[in-house]
Amino acid sequence: MALPIYASPLERVWHWTYKVICTAIFIFLIAPILIVIPLSFNAEPYFTFTEKMLSFDPEGYSLRWYDMLLTFGMQAPDGPRDWSWWRDVLANATWFDVAWNSIIIGFFSTILATGLGTLAALGLSRSEMPWRRSIMAVLISPMIVPIIITATGLFFFYSKIEIQKWGVPYLGIIMAHATLGIPFVIITVTATLSGFDHSLSRAAASLGANPRTTFFKVIMPLILPGVVSGALFAFVTSFDEVVMVLFIAGHDEQTIPRQMWNGIREQISPAILAVATILVVVSIALLATVEILRRRSEKLRGVTAG
Amino acid sequence: MVAIETSGGEGLRGGLLTTADGKPLKQALAHAQARARRKALLLVVPLLAFIVITFVVPIGQLLFRSIHNDGFSANMPQISAWFDETKAGDAPDEAAYAALVADIAAAAEARTIGVVGTRVNYELSGTRSLFTSAGRNAEDLEPPYREALLDLNAKWGDPQLWGVMRSVSSAYSANFYLAALDLARDENGDIVRAPEDRRIYGMLFMRTLWLSALITGLCLILAYPVAHLLAVLPLAKSNLLMILVLLPFWTSLLVRTTSWMVMLQEQGVINNTMVALGLVGNESRIQMMYNQAGTIIAMTHILLPFMILPLYSVMRPINPSYVRAARSLGATSWTAFRRVYLPQTLPGIGAGALLVFILSVGYYITPALVGGASGQLISNLIAYHMQDSLNWSLAAALAALLLAGVLILYWLYDRLIGIDNLKLG
Repeated sequence: MALPIYASPLERVWHWTYKVICTAIFIFLIAPILIVIPLSFNAEPYFTFTEKMLSFDPEGYSLRWYDMLLTFGMQAPDGPRDWSWWRDVLANATWFDVAWNSIIIGFFSTILATGLGTLAALGLSRSEMPWRRSIMAVLISPMIVPIIITATGLFFFYSKIEIQKWGVPYLGIIMAHATLGIPFVIITVTATLSGFDHSLSRAAASLGANPRTTFFKVIMPLILPGVVSGALFAFVTSFDEVVMVLFIAGHDEQTIPRQMWNGIREQISPAILAVATILVVVSIALLATVEILRRRSEKLRGVTAG
Repeated sequence: MVAIETSGGEGLRGGLLTTADGKPLKQALAHAQARARRKALLLVVPLLAFIVITFVVPIGQLLFRSIHNDGFSANMPQISAWFDETKAGDAPDEAAYAALVADIAAAAEARTIGVVGTRVNYELSGTRSLFTSAGRNAEDLEPPYREALLDLNAKWGDPQLWGVMRSVSSAYSANFYLAALDLARDENGDIVRAPEDRRIYGMLFMRTLWLSALITGLCLILAYPVAHLLAVLPLAKSNLLMILVLLPFWTSLLVRTTSWMVMLQEQGVINNTMVALGLVGNESRIQMMYNQAGTIIAMTHILLPFMILPLYSVMRPINPSYVRAARSLGATSWTAFRRVYLPQTLPGIGAGALLVFILSVGYYITPALVGGASGQLISNLIAYHMQDSLNWSLAAALAALLLAGVLILYWLYDRLIGIDNLKLG
């Protein structure tokens, strides 16, 4: 990006303008995400920086909104913080309840999406696969079709088959979230498999390995980074999803985004920002994991490491 | 695996190549290939079955719902039968009124008269109370029923009402699509435009398209320089900057929408900063949220990574010596960009723009939270009819129209770019 020495003055001006523009766009991208972090420590119930915060007065900052996350929905939030108080948190606090639901739904829908998706990706990346393009188009479509349409359709379908009466908790919402996660698994795993050297599995076969051994000892370790990052995508999709939950989840199947949605629409308080901050930290951790996996996968496949 | 025997008499029987067990080679190969195809297909079948159950069938249900509503026909069997026997335009006789009263009485008994009234109300507003009040008085009505009903409410003689009842006496109708396109039927059953004050769906579809196009354009303008910078920087640096693009991509949608609500509020960060800098007065704070501006700003931010990533993946492999060659041949930097660099990035522009447009056409969450009244998109109306007005068939018809649009764009995307080229992260 260095400017050549023969650049005209106009080009020099443009070069610097260009850098300023790019910086501004990067700020636009990242500022809204970072700004919620300090604001979540606000001592006042405002969504803006108070004067005390700007002068870095410790009195301007507090953990009250994080504390509120714990106590909201508790039976006896003001009691002494002993053993029974914490039991009350675990049993009754709304945010704990929805976090637990989110984790359960996210976990099982990820397992479902990753298992079925990886299997299908293995089939799709075989050269003999018939109707490859059309099948791929169908499998990717849940990502393209607006979620509100899928949610509306599932609402009609589930009320017709009365899935709530089957007695399997979370079943409907897990299947719905798995459907949304599948395209991500398919895309990441087929991308990993596209660089896969098929002579490796033939070599394993020629050395006497049966198909199962070949799969677990040769193919699986090589595509594992792709599978895991697909699984992470699927988990994030479920963890972040609110429309499906709004439409088809029972009242005891509410998730974190659903509770945030309630909070934003009804009594918006900086407690939402505390949740947002926690979620930003979680997404930083996820991003780091995916980056590490991607580099590992590139190393394994012999593509130049970034 | 096909073992071929080439030497000896057995292998070349009648000039045909055969395998060790004597089958013609061509047949054996075809057989082996069919088996490989079956195996590949078998791996995909479980997922395909799953998607059919949780995605294709529900969407079929939705399409069915958009043309099927038996709210009237299932609860009013006798009058529906009378409509079946007569033809459009027949004036209702005493038999029709008798059937109507009997049905209303039965529906009131079964507490479904509200459903019936609601169904008719979709087509002709202000008629729901007509049915419910008739339901309350049905037991006291005595023959002749025509006079009795007209005494109750003169509207029962309205030919338009009878025309509507005739049209809803069949469970299947295209009327919800007509309503979704701002059309209606007059009393003769002809299709006419809806009254001026009721034409909201066409306007909303237009607004959705216009806002999506605007957001796509804004994303392109913002993404192009950033993607270019990322593509020309050395990998180590660009990977670092890439984090700034990927972090928003991985952050929860609701978190990003919430942050924009915090930033854009009247007492929010942006307004406070501008007041502190003296750019705007304390009294004239800018309303940036709960209107179209809120929808546009927040959605541009949320969809920007979807534009940057495809552009970046196209720009990265572009050889910088092409532009240098153009410059050395006398092109100005603008000409070199316009004639040499830009055409090479067109596939990335196409992929990113289509993706962003497809995603924004169906957006629901962000407009619902920051859009106010003027920033609502068609998805918000679908949700409104699903959750508040409970006109599910109309919601299904609107969803079906939106789906048709999205599928056309998806097909276009597949033709131009190919879904296999979709990349993440």
